[in-house]
Amino acid sequence: MYSQGLIGADGKTEETEEFLAKFQARIDREEKIEPNDAMPEGYRKTLVRQIGQHAHSEIVGMLPEGNWITRAPSLRRKAALLAKVQDEGGHGLYLYSAAETLGVTREQMTEELLSGKAKYSSIFNYPTPTWADIGTIGWLVDGAAIMNQIPLCRCSYGPYARAMIRVCKEESFHQRQGYEILISLCNGTEEQKQMAQDSLNRWWWPSLMMFGPHDAESSHSEQSMKWKIKRFSNDELRQKFIDATVPQAEYLGLTVPDPELKWNPEKNGGKGGYDHGPLDWDEFWRVVKGGGRMNVDRIKARKKAWDDGAWVREAALAHAEKRATRRTQQAAE
Amino acid sequence: MSNETPLWEVFIRPRNGLSHKHCGSLHAADEVLALQAARDTYTRRGEGVSIWVVPSKAIFASDPDQAAENFEPGVDKVYRHPTFYDIPEEVGHM
Repeated sequence: MYSQGLIGADGKTEETEEFLAKFQARIDREEKIEPNDAMPEGYRKTLVRQIGQHAHSEIVGMLPEGNWITRAPSLRRKAALLAKVQDEGGHGLYLYSAAETLGVTREQMTEELLSGKAKYSSIFNYPTPTWADIGTIGWLVDGAAIMNQIPLCRCSYGPYARAMIRVCKEESFHQRQGYEILISLCNGTEEQKQMAQDSLNRWWWPSLMMFGPHDAESSHSEQSMKWKIKRFSNDELRQKFIDATVPQAEYLGLTVPDPELKWNPEKNGGKGGYDHGPLDWDEFWRVVKGGGRMNVDRIKARKKAWDDGAWVREAALAHAEKRATRRTQQAAE
Repeated sequence: MSNETPLWEVFIRPRNGLSHKHCGSLHAADEVLALQAARDTYTRRGEGVSIWVVPSKAIFASDPDQAAENFEPGVDKVYRHPTFYDIPEEVGHM
């Protein structure tokens, strides 16, 4: 999903050729860049945007699943879902902190999310009407996120890479809990299996869109690859995801909703892979630009949480101030 | 009291890509002297490429007596680990 973080990124730099060449040489030597190091403005801006959008995605991503915590069908499922949503909150924090090392404040980022200036992954603008969606999100949405995040553990920017290592480690259960939900449904009644199939039908294409636009349409990707913020292109990761996921759908006895999906032994340099049908890019851009089914609801929910929480933040600060004043007074006495 | 030289905690980044790690403490009058003393004390053999010094009094630690109530709840939540979930082997790595 995080390749979508590059949409609209401005990688332009005004630094001298010499400075840029020196910076590139560090990157080429696989040196990590740390917060106090000199870096091109474009590098910094690209990271602020990408890490910020990644953080927003974690926070907004809590909403479609949080919606099901009270309705999870068993205590086991409820505990797992609660733990997963709690993890996403933590992941948002790691990422916001990584972005803050680049000189942007949390308040700025929050403001940009709530005003619609900053984006988050298009996937969270789809509704979750059935319990099977919780399974599918874990399997496909977290699966795609992991596919994206594993190479980010080697990102050239140290704080982002370290946050990703932590996130990937914690997230390893998210995909499995989702797939386990689907195994149960697919081994259940005909209606339960149908519910799983219906969910796959709705989530398959949006999951593939999480990898971002086609390489040919992704103009900022090239610079990001050169700076080793990204390690694989959008289409490469998308292909890897499809190849890993189709056999998992077959195991469940579900049909991937792509009539053009076909094994091609020539693909991936002779290792074989799946050919697939075209993605609906009009839908992708419509959802990215705010026209998805849930865009308005998601921002409304985040805004409500922010506004409703204002008195807590204010009270905590007032209390801290009172304690500090008391300490100063005691010290003076 | 006011004549005591303040205590600082020293954190060293062994190399870019790794976090700063606490390596010890020292006394110094201000942050400039603390950084110099940290460099002289803790990085004489190429231990690091970056130093942080933090006034020790700025560090607040959790109470060891509360270790059980703080950390034990994290131990019994087995569902936070991937091995809790049954995924058949033929599905492959997930």
